[in-house]
Amino acid sequence: MTVLAVTEHRRGELRDPSFEVITAGRELADDLDSELHLAVIGGDVDAFADQCNREGVDAIHTVDHGEEFNHDVYTQAVVAMAEAHEPDAIVMPNTVNGLDYAPAVAGALDRPLVTDAVGIDASGTLEVTREQYGGKVETTVEVDADAVALTIRPAEWPAAEGTGDAEIAPFDVDIDESAVGSTVNGFEEVGGGDVDITEADVLVSVGRGIEEEENLPLVEALADALGATLSSSRPIVDNGWLPKNRQVGQSGKVVTPDVYIAIGISGAVQHVAGMKGSDTIIAVNTDPNAPIMDIADYAIVDDLFDVVPELIEQFGGDVPN
Amino acid sequence: MKILVTVKEVAQVDDEFDIDGLDVDDRYLDYDLNEWDDYAVEEAVQLSETHDSEEQSSSGNRAEPDDDVEVVTVTIGPERSEETIRMALAKGADRAVRIWDDAIADTQFLDVSTKADLLAAVVEEEAPDLVLSGVQADDDSFGATGVALAERVGFQWAAVVNHLDQDVDANVSNVRRELEGGIEELTEVDGPAVLTIQTGINEPRYASLRGIRQAQRKPLDVQSLDDLGVDDSVVDSPVDLTSMYEPESEGDAVVWEGSPEETAGELAEFLRNKGVVEG
Repeated sequence: MTVLAVTEHRRGELRDPSFEVITAGRELADDLDSELHLAVIGGDVDAFADQCNREGVDAIHTVDHGEEFNHDVYTQAVVAMAEAHEPDAIVMPNTVNGLDYAPAVAGALDRPLVTDAVGIDASGTLEVTREQYGGKVETTVEVDADAVALTIRPAEWPAAEGTGDAEIAPFDVDIDESAVGSTVNGFEEVGGGDVDITEADVLVSVGRGIEEEENLPLVEALADALGATLSSSRPIVDNGWLPKNRQVGQSGKVVTPDVYIAIGISGAVQHVAGMKGSDTIIAVNTDPNAPIMDIADYAIVDDLFDVVPELIEQFGGDVPN
Repeated sequence: MKILVTVKEVAQVDDEFDIDGLDVDDRYLDYDLNEWDDYAVEEAVQLSETHDSEEQSSSGNRAEPDDDVEVVTVTIGPERSEETIRMALAKGADRAVRIWDDAIADTQFLDVSTKADLLAAVVEEEAPDLVLSGVQADDDSFGATGVALAERVGFQWAAVVNHLDQDVDANVSNVRRELEGGIEELTEVDGPAVLTIQTGINEPRYASLRGIRQAQRKPLDVQSLDDLGVDDSVVDSPVDLTSMYEPESEGDAVVWEGSPEETAGELAEFLRNKGVVEG
């Protein structure tokens, strides 16, 4: 019996979820009384395998094929490993790249797939905890199958530590190049520009609650009055109201200011990933159950259009019309 | 060229709500087109408009709009979702397919595999050159249907696309995939392909009044499992939703209470004491 966890790397470095799938995979393997195997695919596989050889890993299979992630290569390699080792569970990261191959792996192997797990209990019938409706509710999903595929939410499980004594060996798989239908031509960093929100001590951050672009001067006035920097959640940037370099979150910037004032931000998981390291988090939101309240240190449950003008006046600023 | 766009009607939950069994009580749900799918529809309609206007200028003929690129939406959804589907048609899609069946209505949880099988039947019927799908649905956020569908029908794919440059004649998609941490991956995908579309890729339009009127006359074809030639067993799945609950708040936030003047005062005092602000 085995559990197979798949690591992830980009531009020469293993990414954090690689160590989190080890932790989740080990827990699952303990529940199932199985071994934990790891897949390391592409890049500097020998160095990566050494780095992931942490406590609780029993075997590491490497596939030395290509420098960067390619979903066709990953799909073929993981499917071949699953066919060779018949793992009860395949654990993959619920990242942008994880979601680019996990559904294909599950499909090819005809295994049920549950994505974005925040909890896994395999002591009986496999139960996976997930979130729904933007984190307002949690659900339990039961999977009654001998072989499953799972993706786990980043940063929900701690990184595996310690030094392991796993057997590291190349896994023999012939990647069918004719079935590789996409080519990665490069990478580009986006979100540069004049303002670096990661340098700010105080961020006034605005979200969907601002409703209209015409209302943006209100939070700009607040940032001015406080001598703070303006940042935002994703929808504001998606709408083109603020440039990409203002975006806090998984696909934007990770910020750690002294004070983060979240105005009209519900606190979707992708946003929280970018600001939970802030020293003090203050939320202004009409919804007392918004996920942002779970990580806020201080909160005002009220309409931002009533609270923000008051605040601006407190600091001697001008409230825009 | 034909573009198939998978769309889903999703529910948003009110701030205050109750859970009734395995879902939020319907009284607290507002239904709308899934946000990601709105961007996917817009991307398809823009592709159709750009391509058709280029064709027009090169041939010198006044081609009928949408003569060359047809945009078809496909939904798995009950009759209620037709209003949402009409909205996608009003924004410029040419026609719609809605998959529904008593067997689906009786299924409490639609597994990724079930959805991929149902959509695959429509892909086989329609034979599109390109399929656009939202990255995820705003309700259960599985984020897996698009890639699962591609695998099922043997298409190429790319997940989390935030820029698309489509070579219509060669059927090659040059895309940017939005990775974590402000990094974009530049990737070339051979068609036919399924691309999952990220929010922010474009600016979805509002439906015009004229568009809304036209949408009423556009074809909306309802397909049962029988019509699709799919066996009832497609809805069988080892994955079941067994509970839904409000998570216990992990928060220990100090909530400032009172009028806006009072709460703003508390916040101001806090910031001043912290010594991090001017004024």
